[in-house]
Amino acid sequence: MKFDINKIRSDFPILKSSVNGKPLVYLDNAATTQKPQSVIDTVTEYYTTYNSNIHRGTHHLSNLATEAHEAARKTVQHYINAGHEHEIIFTRGTTEAINLVAFSFGEAFVKPGDDVIVTTMDHHSNFVPWQMMCERRRANFHVVPFDEHGDLRLDVYENLLSEKTRIVAFNHVSNSLGTVNPAQDMIRMAHAVGAAVLVDAAQSVQHADHDVRELDADFYAFSGHKIYGPTGIGVLYGKTQWLDAMPPYQGGGEMIDQVTIEKTTYGKLPFKFEAGTPNIVGPIGLAAAIDYLNGLAFNDILAHEDDVFNYGRDRLLEIDGMRIYGNAKRRASILAFNIEGIHHYDLGTLLDTHGIAVRTGHHCTQPIMTAFHIEGTVRASLALYNTREEIDALVAAIRKVLKMLGK
Amino acid sequence: MATIQEIQAQIIEDFSFLPEWDEKYAYLIELGGKMAPLPQEYRSDENIVRGCQSLVWLHRECCNGDVTFQSESDSLIVKGLAALLMRIFSGQPADEVLKADLTFFQEIGLNQHLSSQRANGLMAMIEEIKAFAAQCITETQ
Repeated sequence: MKFDINKIRSDFPILKSSVNGKPLVYLDNAATTQKPQSVIDTVTEYYTTYNSNIHRGTHHLSNLATEAHEAARKTVQHYINAGHEHEIIFTRGTTEAINLVAFSFGEAFVKPGDDVIVTTMDHHSNFVPWQMMCERRRANFHVVPFDEHGDLRLDVYENLLSEKTRIVAFNHVSNSLGTVNPAQDMIRMAHAVGAAVLVDAAQSVQHADHDVRELDADFYAFSGHKIYGPTGIGVLYGKTQWLDAMPPYQGGGEMIDQVTIEKTTYGKLPFKFEAGTPNIVGPIGLAAAIDYLNGLAFNDILAHEDDVFNYGRDRLLEIDGMRIYGNAKRRASILAFNIEGIHHYDLGTLLDTHGIAVRTGHHCTQPIMTAFHIEGTVRASLALYNTREEIDALVAAIRKVLKMLGK
Repeated sequence: MATIQEIQAQIIEDFSFLPEWDEKYAYLIELGGKMAPLPQEYRSDENIVRGCQSLVWLHRECCNGDVTFQSESDSLIVKGLAALLMRIFSGQPADEVLKADLTFFQEIGLNQHLSSQRANGLMAMIEEIKAFAAQCITETQ
């Protein structure tokens, strides 16, 4: 199907809204994306016509809800090309998925003195859980730095890898710099020393390659709300061999096989890792979002996003005193910047008065801010529905703000 | 000296002449710009009120049951908001500060800056001002 930007924009009802009397220009997609009407309708239809608890009901509605929930697992499986449906575990989001692995993998495989590797450009969600695990398991926490362009120092990474490395975790696309890390190479290098790899795909599943078998990722985590789906639903993919060998993360209903006073045996995958009544509608809404993306050609989405990204970078650089953070070899969707003499909070707040939604602050990546000796940035992050015209609106609004501030 | 309520009423009136957002912010930035700079010796680590996005310093003094404050921020908007707080609270009796109900942010439409403590440290600043007022009352008794 041809990539028709006007049609796509009309699929997202919120994009028609006004903010402070100005047309909304939504450039905070790395924080969360807007939802197409089909996702909104799917969620509404669930609550309107077949809301019910799943997996154990004998009644009609429960069967409908169970079927839709499990069909969603298949939709996710196919989207990321996982080998098995049971390798898809539903979580609250990327953060919970990573915490699950940090805990359960740590319990099963990490001994005192082992090594765990993350990177300086990882989101706190893919940093703190590993620090916590290393403290608990008395393992060594190592961090791969990035260079002045925002590319990971693969030479340092290679030196850190050894037979003591149990697991490596890194983001495929940085939420603060937009760097697209060479995931396939990094995974191959880790596997060469026998280490497992978790890919934080929160910013890549919608903007870059997302074939887990081609990547050969051991674990792969992402959030539904950043890929045009509902909030509160995330996905953890894990290879069967690892998931089978890992203890459950939480105990409760749904995850058991037999419970006696003496001992509980656990259910099969994926339910072993899905204790309690799950977010039933979340996966159903997420599947609707994936169906929406599947109705477009992914290469067309990437080409469009690249075009708007490159245009945005060039237009922003026309502004005096502009500094864009990150100039990596491959980048996606994130334009993080500061303007000399202007506080990021002031710029973000004043852009809002022009209807422009950006994020300001450290973006939950304080080690990156420390590396650049800054407190924060303004971040414009793109999605498939953004346009060159919106970049023009951003640049025009920045110029107005600068004028107001006497710059 | 005008009471806290009177000053709040005055601020609400001042802002009532500024219906547009950019006017409100321009005025706020102007207020921040007029605030006396915080002397270097008060820009100490213990005077930092840490918000998520901006640095705020708050210097406090307690004298005969009155509290005085001086403030500074690296963000012009937060500095303007701090200037409003200084105007309201600095030089007031500690017990009045402690029981003051800040209604003006809502009235002038700037309550979004209070809605999230993580956003700019303004809420943290108000909490520190109140805590210091309580401490001043104890010290004076």
